[in-house]
Amino acid sequence: MSTPSVEPVPLPAKRRVAQLAMLAFAVVIVMIAYANVGLAIDKQIPAGMLTYGLGLGGLVLAAYLVLAKFAPWADPLILPLVTLVNGLGLVMIYRLEAGKMPLASASTQLLWTAVGVVMFSVTLIVLRDHRALQRLTYTAGAIGLGLLIAPLLPFIGKDINGARIWISIAGFNLQPAEFAKLSLVLFFAGYLVAKRDVLALAGRQLFFIDLPRARDLGPVLITWGLGLGVLIMQKDLGSSLLIFGTFIAMLYIATQRTSWVLIGILLFVGGAIMAGLLFSHVQDRFTVYLNPEDPALFDKIGGSAQLMQGLFSMANGGILGTGLGQGHPELIPLAFSDFIFPATGEELGLTGLMALLMIYALLVQRGLRTAIAARDPFSKLLAGGLSFILAWQVFIIVGGVTNLIPLTGLVTPFMSQGGSALLANWILIALLVRMSDAARKPPPQAIQDEGMTQVFQR
Amino acid sequence: MNGPLKRAALACLLMFGLLMINVNYLQAVRADGLSDNPRNVRNFYDRYDIQRGRITAGDKVLAESVDTGTNDFRFERRYPGGKVFAPVTGFFAPESERDMELAENTLLNGTSADLLIRRSLDLFTAKQSKGADVDLTINPKAQEAAYKALGESGKKGALVAIEPKTGAILAMVSIPTYDPNLLSKPDKKSVNAASKKLETDKDQPLLNRAIERTYPPGSTFKVVTLSALLESDDTAGPETQVDAPTVLDLPNTTADLPNFGGAACGSGRVTLSFALEQSCNTPFAKMGMDLGYDAIQEQARKYGIGGDPVAIPMPVSPSSIGPREDQAALAQASIGQRSNQMTPLQMAMVAAGIANKGVVMKPYLVNKIADSEGGEVQSADPEELSTAISEDSARKLTEMMVNVVAKGTASAAQVPGVTVAGKTGTAETSQGSDPHAWFISFAPAEDPKIALALIVESGSAGGEASGGHTAAPIAKSVIEAVLGK
Repeated sequence: MSTPSVEPVPLPAKRRVAQLAMLAFAVVIVMIAYANVGLAIDKQIPAGMLTYGLGLGGLVLAAYLVLAKFAPWADPLILPLVTLVNGLGLVMIYRLEAGKMPLASASTQLLWTAVGVVMFSVTLIVLRDHRALQRLTYTAGAIGLGLLIAPLLPFIGKDINGARIWISIAGFNLQPAEFAKLSLVLFFAGYLVAKRDVLALAGRQLFFIDLPRARDLGPVLITWGLGLGVLIMQKDLGSSLLIFGTFIAMLYIATQRTSWVLIGILLFVGGAIMAGLLFSHVQDRFTVYLNPEDPALFDKIGGSAQLMQGLFSMANGGILGTGLGQGHPELIPLAFSDFIFPATGEELGLTGLMALLMIYALLVQRGLRTAIAARDPFSKLLAGGLSFILAWQVFIIVGGVTNLIPLTGLVTPFMSQGGSALLANWILIALLVRMSDAARKPPPQAIQDEGMTQVFQR
Repeated sequence: MNGPLKRAALACLLMFGLLMINVNYLQAVRADGLSDNPRNVRNFYDRYDIQRGRITAGDKVLAESVDTGTNDFRFERRYPGGKVFAPVTGFFAPESERDMELAENTLLNGTSADLLIRRSLDLFTAKQSKGADVDLTINPKAQEAAYKALGESGKKGALVAIEPKTGAILAMVSIPTYDPNLLSKPDKKSVNAASKKLETDKDQPLLNRAIERTYPPGSTFKVVTLSALLESDDTAGPETQVDAPTVLDLPNTTADLPNFGGAACGSGRVTLSFALEQSCNTPFAKMGMDLGYDAIQEQARKYGIGGDPVAIPMPVSPSSIGPREDQAALAQASIGQRSNQMTPLQMAMVAAGIANKGVVMKPYLVNKIADSEGGEVQSADPEELSTAISEDSARKLTEMMVNVVAKGTASAAQVPGVTVAGKTGTAETSQGSDPHAWFISFAPAEDPKIALALIVESGSAGGEASGGHTAAPIAKSVIEAVLGK
């Protein structure tokens, strides 16, 4: 008898060499940018270029090795993209520090990057199967809530720049909302997977809209209340918008029900109008958004000066930018944190910003691809939620500083100076990488040569 | 769940698309508007980021941008000529420019379309673009001599010297003046303080008296009245006899018009030359009334008075003999009083016109503009403004003006070995105030190299100020400087 021909199932490529090359490319871009800053400001290659370049290079090499060992099938593009954005952020902070900007510190940011990469690696090593996280749904919800409330607690809560979004532990200032965002996405994913059927199907038709049952509105209302609470108690417009928007998006992904999005938008608009009527700082933000060029608003404390400085900065950059180290981004208050995007726009120009937005868009796209490729609903929701929150965060902060939408403070992922955000976002990326590995890993191969195995010879 | 995931991906794409469109709109479309926003302090930095061209007068550097080596304010504007040349150079302040710095701003800072080729070449050769250098017609020796002579003992006033054949301005002094170095620091606070102090100074040091202020020209205007007569009557000449009463009765008024100090003018019937030498008022007042307003105005216009506005390239305030009124007013206007108002530059143009055989040349300050590599962008092309008087009239006037210096009121302007022509003026200001002392002049009379007008302002040289005693000696030192005596 003849042996049937053995045709191996085609496997998705690991592309590990390509990934290494892209990583090297990202590090080289960052090193050239460092050199550029030094040449423009001190007319010489900065002494720290090798330290920073090799530091960053060493870190991502370590991350790459961990990834290659523990998540070999992961999407090869994610790590290089994050490295590039993180590196450009480092360069901008280095440049602002060289421009005598108070509080800007590239070395601290490099240190946090190192910690971020360590967290990335630890997450990959410890979390071998992300589905384990589904069991922690309610724990994650409780932790997220706790983290959100933490800044309001006495002793550890801290008020910085008018927003009560910090906690201080052992001398370190942390922004717990950044970690809360991870926990809550995890909670939403677990919760919605469990409840999606009832949320998706029960309800009745009203006109053209397919409305859910009133009692199923509970979770939406709770999240809405949570967002408003954050907004009111901590004056943190950005985080409340971020969390509520992500929840609505995940609800939609889980249920396919457009009515949830409509309800979400209505609730949001209602909440925003209410907050606008009740709280002057919300109203101020809106007035500034509408008339940023009004001289009276410009001179007002908490007025449009910062926003306008950002816009002036971008205008100065024009299409090609002034070149690193040759603009005046240090004129924008907080150029190293919330306003790092316009600062980059001044020196790298429209060209640089378009590239930067492309990198973010690519990163989000890779994340959403992971969600589509994922094999179980929990992974799909988690990967979708994490990718969406990344895009949504970029939209809120970049849209805010470019006057597309009212300005609410948020960090620009991987660029803004700040340890909490870097750590949280590196963990977010580790989760995406873990899920990407799971999604792309070929399923265990069934034994192909069935003819052989069925033959028993006595 | 893949359907909604794909729609969520579309939503993300839409968000990034909106951000990209907005960034394009900001940085490509709205950029210019934002850059011009008065709140945008980047303009302030940018002003000092460019190496502005130099302003020179021959070999002497009047203004230059010096590389400070710092990043914030890279190039600082310095004025080695300081106060002396301030009315010419002006200054380059954090928020404004003045005089030459303003008039040639786009060439000095390199943004002018005339420098497009240079800029493109610089882009390819990776050279730092520089502004164009502006070379002036100023003769530094004359400028310094004029500043020194006019500024002595606290006098205020202005002086303009012109090369009659071309219209090139050799000296332009205004006193009191200011130090442009103090106004050009890249420090708004100190500049604002310095500028406030200058603005509130009652002596108005920022005012460029040579071109921005008009004064009654007094008797120096008599040469214009006399020009009108010579043009209307070919037979008139230095020896023509005219009536010169001690007091002229003005028609339709109770007022009379006396000579200077109420003095008699010769025997009451004198030659034109004598009337000019002694600066008698009555013959010229009568002459004006006889010729009529139109003739005087027409003659004045031919000298550039009340014509098209002149720019050198700084704009010059218009001069005027005053509106048409009655004969009495015309009599006073004919001797440079009443509403007759002239800039010192305008009176220098009158002197230069006579010196240049009746042809008035357009005055100008810029000799040559060259880009950073020395390529010529612009160069002066002397232009005729008008023919004020015939060559014959010019010869007669010159003869009489030489007599004014040789044996008349302006003997203090005599330069040994040089025939100087001139006319003094002592302009009444208001009742009880001291007069302005004027002098217009050119030399050498046979082949004029310099024509000038100067005024010493009322009050700064005492009550006894007169064109002959106060102003003429200043002209002498400037003429000596230009002719190298």
